[in-house]
Amino acid sequence: MAEFLGYKREDGRVGIRNYVGVMSSVTCANSVVQKITEQVEGTLPIMHREGCAQIGVDYEQTVRTLVGLGSHPNLASVLVVGWGCENVLANELAAKIAELKKPVEWFIVQDSGGLLKSIEKGSVIAQRMAREASVLRREPVDLSELVIALQCGGSDTTSGIAANPAVGVMSDMVVKEGGSVILAETTEIIGAEHILARRAVNEEVGNDLIRIVKRFEENAKQMGVDIRGSQPTAGNIAMGLTSIEEKSLGAVMKAGTTPLQEVLEYAFRPTKKGLLVMDTPGRDPESITGMFAAGAQTLVVTTGRGIPTGSMLVPTLKLTGNPKAQKISEEIMDIDASVIVEGKKTIEQVGQELFEEVLAVASGKKTKAEILGLDELSILRAGPTM
Amino acid sequence: MLGEVRGGVILAEKRAIVINENDNVATLIADVTAGEIVLVSREDKEENMTVTQDIKFGHKFAIKPIAIGEEIIKYSEVIGRATAPISVGEHAHVHNIESMRGRGDIKEA
Repeated sequence: MAEFLGYKREDGRVGIRNYVGVMSSVTCANSVVQKITEQVEGTLPIMHREGCAQIGVDYEQTVRTLVGLGSHPNLASVLVVGWGCENVLANELAAKIAELKKPVEWFIVQDSGGLLKSIEKGSVIAQRMAREASVLRREPVDLSELVIALQCGGSDTTSGIAANPAVGVMSDMVVKEGGSVILAETTEIIGAEHILARRAVNEEVGNDLIRIVKRFEENAKQMGVDIRGSQPTAGNIAMGLTSIEEKSLGAVMKAGTTPLQEVLEYAFRPTKKGLLVMDTPGRDPESITGMFAAGAQTLVVTTGRGIPTGSMLVPTLKLTGNPKAQKISEEIMDIDASVIVEGKKTIEQVGQELFEEVLAVASGKKTKAEILGLDELSILRAGPTM
Repeated sequence: MLGEVRGGVILAEKRAIVINENDNVATLIADVTAGEIVLVSREDKEENMTVTQDIKFGHKFAIKPIAIGEEIIKYSEVIGRATAPISVGEHAHVHNIESMRGRGDIKEA
């Protein structure tokens, strides 16, 4: 069995990084979070634009996502900072995170003497948490503890010919070892859903998949618009992708060939292992954040044109099948998949390389995006701003 | 531009990929100009074909004659339908192919 070196957490999951998260419950607290993390080494800011004037399913989705991020296995512990007048409350987030067995503390800026005093207060708390986290050590753990998020961005026709099939080879290897991969971006399943549904472990899971794709397509139809206005994107079309069907058929190659085990709603934790699908939009920041909240410890991004997607919370590996993009953006590509279209290496060889690189990153090797500090996070909204 | 000689045939240097034998389009992995010969690679065979237009890297051309309304096949799956006849070697893209999914602009019968 394949192994990697990870941090065993109290909830039974395994982290591949060991940060103290400092998370805002609301956009207003971001400046305090930013300053605390600039001051205290070993901390990681988790900031977003939501947390206030949200209701119903939109409120629930934001809370679920923040609880998922706050309890993430790549965090040793988390400090939640609220402002004071928002409806996504720091103490409620902290209580939910504590229930999930993650060490957590919280405070409110308005109850702590204001912005500047809160920076001081939070820095003192974070310093103590960072000292505690610094004694934790990596241990050998089974690959079956790994959950890999999959995403593509700035796709072109090489994505479906080279990078995505190579990721598919890696996905099959990971699943064979008992691990999990999450395919997302429901927009990019449209036109390829029958392929995935055929591979569902049972009829219910197959129907779940068809349902999320239909729902997505219906939403576009109800707006009375042609989805082609945004999918494929103008960039995709310029690079030769003709239709959403073509883009999707290339995109689902990332999922490999194993049975589909479970279909997840946005930011929900998986209950199964193996190949999973999460209902997310195609746009990267919202899509990857949903998978992070589900507990994915690492992210693999394929790109045609070379996009800068990355995360500090969830180390991100990138690869492109486009020789031009590889040349221009080598500094953000961890694996060279352009050798596939150049006929220098096979899809299987590059897939194997990627698998080995993912294991190295899981054990502590830094990705190019991580070293450059590329960091994206955005919570998907499910309702209007009030 | 021509390159390697194999089995008495001079193989073109610029390549295009056919992913499945059922496909009626090939994907170019080089910029080509009208009249240029390209090497079309499939899983089991390679053959030279002539493109009839200037076509960019990553774009597709027809490898079989395609009638108006006919399905465009890539990955052995439908990626759209032809809105104009497409002849062998002709650029196949949004100007002569339309998507059939997520079309809120079309009223269902």
